[in-house]
Amino acid sequence: MNFQRFWAVFVCRNWEFLRDRSTLTWNLLFPISLIAGFAVAFSGPGLALYKVGVLGDAASGGGDAFFKTRYVQFIPFVDLPAALPKVERHQLDMLVDPVGRRYWINEESPKGYVLERVLRGADAPATFDKQTVSGQVIRYVDWIAPGILAMNMMFSCLFGVGYVIVRYRKSGMLKRLKATPLTPLEFLSAQVVSRLWLILATTALVFAGTDWFIGFPMHGSYLALGLVFLVGAISLISLGLIVAARTNSEEVAAGLLNALSWPMTFLSGVWFSLEGVHPVLQQCAQLAPLTHIIDAARAIMIDGADLAAISGHLLVLTMMSIGFMAVGAWRFRWE
Amino acid sequence: MTTLLETHNLIKHFRDVDAVNGIDLALPAGCCFGLLGPNGAGKTTTVELLEGIQEPTSGLIRYRGEPLGPRFRQDIGIMFQSTALQDYVTGRENLRMFGSFYRRTLPVAELVEACALGEFLDRDTRKLSGGQRQRLLLAIALVNDPELIFLDEPTTGLDPQARRNFWELIHRIKARGKTILLTTHYMEEAYHLCDEIAIMDHGRIIAQGAPRELLAAHFDDVVLQLPLADFPNPAPPLALTVMRGRDAVEILTRDVNAAIRELLAWNISLARLQIRPRTLEDLFLELTGRELRA
Repeated sequence: MNFQRFWAVFVCRNWEFLRDRSTLTWNLLFPISLIAGFAVAFSGPGLALYKVGVLGDAASGGGDAFFKTRYVQFIPFVDLPAALPKVERHQLDMLVDPVGRRYWINEESPKGYVLERVLRGADAPATFDKQTVSGQVIRYVDWIAPGILAMNMMFSCLFGVGYVIVRYRKSGMLKRLKATPLTPLEFLSAQVVSRLWLILATTALVFAGTDWFIGFPMHGSYLALGLVFLVGAISLISLGLIVAARTNSEEVAAGLLNALSWPMTFLSGVWFSLEGVHPVLQQCAQLAPLTHIIDAARAIMIDGADLAAISGHLLVLTMMSIGFMAVGAWRFRWE
Repeated sequence: MTTLLETHNLIKHFRDVDAVNGIDLALPAGCCFGLLGPNGAGKTTTVELLEGIQEPTSGLIRYRGEPLGPRFRQDIGIMFQSTALQDYVTGRENLRMFGSFYRRTLPVAELVEACALGEFLDRDTRKLSGGQRQRLLLAIALVNDPELIFLDEPTTGLDPQARRNFWELIHRIKARGKTILLTTHYMEEAYHLCDEIAIMDHGRIIAQGAPRELLAAHFDDVVLQLPLADFPNPAPPLALTVMRGRDAVEILTRDVNAAIRELLAWNISLARLQIRPRTLEDLFLELTGRELRA
């Protein structure tokens, strides 16, 4: 390993990334706008989960407790023929006529079923004693932010290394480098380290930027979070190297990278919790580095977990990094 | 003269193709060696074997009497026909990067002077013209002051002026005593630049030697050229070899005076007659055939 050769490739790769304004801007603005969008969408008194059409006015329901149910949006309708098709097409979960004491639901609608249970039982005397939990309020955006940061990192790692190396190979640049004393180890190390610091820097900027106007809970240590993102980025870059090791078609590379990234996005709990998902899928999710990055980041940011608490995730990510890197380096061909 | 690079019974077989079928070559130090051949003749594979880009199926390649190794990598410069450079990186930064790969390097200023890079050295490589790009790629090939330089069709795609300028650069490199292996489709280029050429076809070398010697060995006639419009149709029964082309008629003869007398005897106008010696292109076509190649 010659450090001078490594450094020269590292520097040029950095210039290539930093001077490509459109790529740089996309890497910074995309996650910020995504998180900001969620913050706006899920801000306010609370998201209405159900939509109920009311013939006439909800006030005409008098003292019906049903019309005081939270998280239900009541939408007035004058005309029954106009309102009924909306129930048929799932645009309304229920339609209620408070004067005629009638309601309509679509039998195929799960939300309609729940609302029917609420409507029928809303005035019934309580048979259970209510208990409440206390603690810091976690907004949906607080829960989703670590996932979006990690997801952005994943796309940047996979496509930023995997796709770029395939492009170099296809354009003949790797063939030219092969004819020099540069070794595959020096070349790959430069690509990995260059992408690594750029990703960590952009992730830190995105984190700081979104935290500035949204305000994340951060109950753990920044050092631990940085370590999770560091090891996580190495594992994802190494995964990208496997795709880039021999492929010389950008179309094939894009297909492979999408085949890796989208299932990971859905299975790793970026958008929703995996609780209740089929156990096989939960096991599959454990094979994805993104799952461990998100779980560890959420544990640190929301629960204040320390390094010991997330050591299992760190260990798995480290093992994955070593395995992916070894396979990628073993399979790598200049041409 | 010392032999810098030599091959013995070099063979490269791909799954369906025998690309190189037993090539023996010897490149003397300081020589400009041209490798010519039609498309699919095996030139590129041969050059890539010599460059160490590909491994031969069998046969030997020796540089200064030794198998290709780390010293070979340090001593060679390569200019591929088309090499992509990193986007958003300037010529100077490219020279620095490639220079860092080698133990011995030429100062950037010397490369700038040698390859006339001054006007675009700090320009993004995406914004270079074809000629500027080729000059930069030549400078990169020279960055380690190589003993042996591979130039693979270096002037393909350049306009005539840029091509002539490029020849001048190659002449300067030759003047510094460097050894050059050049592949080209331009016979005029090979004739002007090469001390020795080898013509390949079907993975074998079918002719090798100095251009003038090869021409002398294969031809003892000259070509009389007449515009097609000046030649009777149907052709008179001349006792000469006549080749009718799209625009001109070529008459091959060892005795120009006798040929002219015969043409005049048939009242053929010689007002636009041209007489030219045989060229490498004639030799190339004679040896490799005139059929279209993929």
